[in-house]
Amino acid sequence: MLHSYSAPQQGQIMDSHIQVKNLNVYYGKQQALKNINIEIPKNQITVIMGPSGCGKTTLLKSLNRFLELNDGTQIDGEVLVDGQNIYDRDVDVTEVRKVVGLLAQRPSPLPMSIYDNVVYGMNIHRMKSDRKEYKAAVRHYLEIAGLWEEVHKRLHDPATSLSIGQQQRLCLARGLAVEPEIILGDEPTSALDPISSQNIESRLIELKQQYTTVIVTHTLRQAKRLADYVIYMYLGEVIEAGPAKEVFGNPQHERTRAYLEGQI
Amino acid sequence: MVLMKKKWQRRHIVEAVIKSVMQFSLVVVAGALGLILWTIISRGLPALSWDMVTKIPEGGYYMGKGGGILNAILGSLYLAAGGTFLAMVFSVPIAMYLKTYLGESKWGNYVRLSLDVLWGIPSIVYGAFGFTVMIALGMRASLLAGIIILALIELPIMTRAMDEVIRRMPVDLEHAALALGSTKFEVALRVVTRQMLPGITTAILLGFGRGIGDAASVLFTAGYTDRIPTSLMRPTASLPLAVFFQLGSPYPEVQQRGYAAALILTVIVLVISLGSRWLSSRLNKYTIK
Amino acid sequence: MNQIEQIDIPQVIEKMTGRTTRPVTTSRARQDNFARRTFFVFTLLPVLLILIVTIALLARSWPILKAYPLSDLLFGTVWKPTNGQFGFWPFILGTFWVTAVGVLLAVPPCILTSIYLAEYAHTKLRSTAKPILDLLAAIPPVVYGVWGLLAIVPFVDKVLAPLSDRWLGSVSIFSVNQPTGFGILAAGIVLAVMIAPLIISVMYEIFSTVPNDLRHASLAVGATQWQTIRNIVLPQVAPGILAAIVLGASRALGETIAVLMVVGNIPQSPTSIFDSAYPLPALIANNYGEMMSIPLYDSALLSAALVLLVIILIFNILSILIIQRMLRRKWS
Repeated sequence: MLHSYSAPQQGQIMDSHIQVKNLNVYYGKQQALKNINIEIPKNQITVIMGPSGCGKTTLLKSLNRFLELNDGTQIDGEVLVDGQNIYDRDVDVTEVRKVVGLLAQRPSPLPMSIYDNVVYGMNIHRMKSDRKEYKAAVRHYLEIAGLWEEVHKRLHDPATSLSIGQQQRLCLARGLAVEPEIILGDEPTSALDPISSQNIESRLIELKQQYTTVIVTHTLRQAKRLADYVIYMYLGEVIEAGPAKEVFGNPQHERTRAYLEGQI
Repeated sequence: MVLMKKKWQRRHIVEAVIKSVMQFSLVVVAGALGLILWTIISRGLPALSWDMVTKIPEGGYYMGKGGGILNAILGSLYLAAGGTFLAMVFSVPIAMYLKTYLGESKWGNYVRLSLDVLWGIPSIVYGAFGFTVMIALGMRASLLAGIIILALIELPIMTRAMDEVIRRMPVDLEHAALALGSTKFEVALRVVTRQMLPGITTAILLGFGRGIGDAASVLFTAGYTDRIPTSLMRPTASLPLAVFFQLGSPYPEVQQRGYAAALILTVIVLVISLGSRWLSSRLNKYTIK
Repeated sequence: MNQIEQIDIPQVIEKMTGRTTRPVTTSRARQDNFARRTFFVFTLLPVLLILIVTIALLARSWPILKAYPLSDLLFGTVWKPTNGQFGFWPFILGTFWVTAVGVLLAVPPCILTSIYLAEYAHTKLRSTAKPILDLLAAIPPVVYGVWGLLAIVPFVDKVLAPLSDRWLGSVSIFSVNQPTGFGILAAGIVLAVMIAPLIISVMYEIFSTVPNDLRHASLAVGATQWQTIRNIVLPQVAPGILAAIVLGASRALGETIAVLMVVGNIPQSPTSIFDSAYPLPALIANNYGEMMSIPLYDSALLSAALVLLVIILIFNILSILIIQRMLRRKWS
């Protein structure tokens, strides 16, 4: 093994949903991810943390094949979801993104009504057959996202008329509506006020029974609040990965310790 | 276990079809350039001779006798060079003023709007306008009138080209200079000028290319003559009109020379266009992006 | 404190002369002020130029506008300057036909090409396509005319006209009445290629005003790229696309030399795309030589230029306002 230190951390997960194997990512000549080998547990919240520019977001976006949206990105290695390498030639990228949902850093409501935002993905995949089913689904997912009470009287208003915190919950509902199994969050609360952030956080905690959740965060406190499992990255490498209790309680690597103590 | 294998759903087929139609469109557009160049080269090259570019029309030239179109080549160079120079005298201050004083202000956007509108006015209208002014002033068709009208045509093109380049100049640099106590005029002079160099170069070549190819306005203002112009007040020949008039001739030899003249004009314009790309990419290395 | 020392001299001068003198404190500031004013005068130039061109043409058109009612000029069908008959209608129709065919031919490939360049193409392809478009835009009109004469006119004559005659002959706008190759279709094809680079580059700019966040939001729920373009991008850019088309049309309206060389120049009311036509710019360019010899002829031709200018100004201002607004959205 090239990176022997990552070996002992593997195999401790009983039920892993995602496995990343020998993943290397280059932006042009610059290497953004160096030989990543991790496993992400099913139906738990995994938090990726580390100083800015360490490759957290790159790792996250490798999981729904968003990296290839940038020109000149080269991706080597495997990302297995339920044992299926999502980078295989015969894999449909749109199916990958249906299974692996993404909550972006800034809320990005589509320029249409609240209702249409939730319906958008279902429509794309022709998941429902009539208006009634769509209506029921919209209500269901807005309830899950904790937004129904606030918006049920104005479903046909433009989504941009919502507050920014509401917009992010709408984006959550839109993502959940295509029935993903995995939710990725790219610092999903960094643009929000504290109350909205808390709201999103409690939604994510509620949802973890049904969804495997991977969150990138740059605030240590949020990581501690949310994480069941932690991946600590530094300069494009995974320094330490393990259950939250172990990593926070007794970090194995001095870099992780330094970060947790606020030195980095 | 989720299946993520590619199934050829309708939407994937639609995507593939649309994408190939788009690629085909791109090929058609690019192919048009190839077709034009091929037509001009294959028909123009056989008629091209050393005499064409070194001699002026001799007696009976327009019935197929000897001579060349040096008068038109030189006339066009004079016209385009003069027009570009005159347009630059006005466009550099306007572009500078837009950047340093107006920025994205309301008046600035009015000026930009009017430049864009001017850009869209066809050269035949400029020609007709020039003609009315010349009648009013009692002027005859001359090199000077041609230069002035070309300057008007090139002015919006050159100003907007410079404006677009310096608009991308970082504001920080300007603010840094202002913070050091420079007045806006000094900023314009020192900082912006250096930043503008690629913009000015691009603008000059763009304006020159447009000027040398313009026919409709020159028809009204510069006239046509078989002599090489010796004074600003004399009429002058130009390449586009040389092409145009020779093609109108019933003599095949003269038409052939028209194709050759078109080839000469095309080569000049292409060299300018490619040169401006090359130059601006080189100059851009020396400015802060 | 001495009373006199508190007198603010610039303020006194200001009150006496009504002029602001206070900002002018140093020679550098004065220089700045002077430069500001001089520069300002320069920026008046483009704004004034539009007005001056319009007024000059209006002044020259005045005699004929006074002599005939506007409706006789615009809708009159007989053009016999020697008889004092100046009906522009055939020329207006000719302009319209040529422009319409040119725009209709240009728009589909331009939209598709610009979507491809903006949404699908990699950086490498984009940087190859850019100089190709620049070169197409740089080729002078007269060269387009030569190309039209050598390649398009024979192509229309030998290939398109027989085909159309065989398959579409019964449809009047496709019927071949004057089989020479010269005519509206040939002019339309040449115009389509001439305005394509402008339309494509404006559309490309418009596409790039759509924030990537929106595209990503759609892709993230598993939409294909085309679904994203159709559902999200196109509705956002629709006004800009329309404006780009109008801008292209206004270029086509005024194109002179290239059209003149291939359109046939017969003043008539065309009924088919294979008919000859005689657009306004061609009329002006072809007759400038004689126009001083017949009464009112010059005034008629310059009023034709005025009509052309007014239509183009309206088209231009509308489309440029829309495009400017959309492009500004990107920066804000």
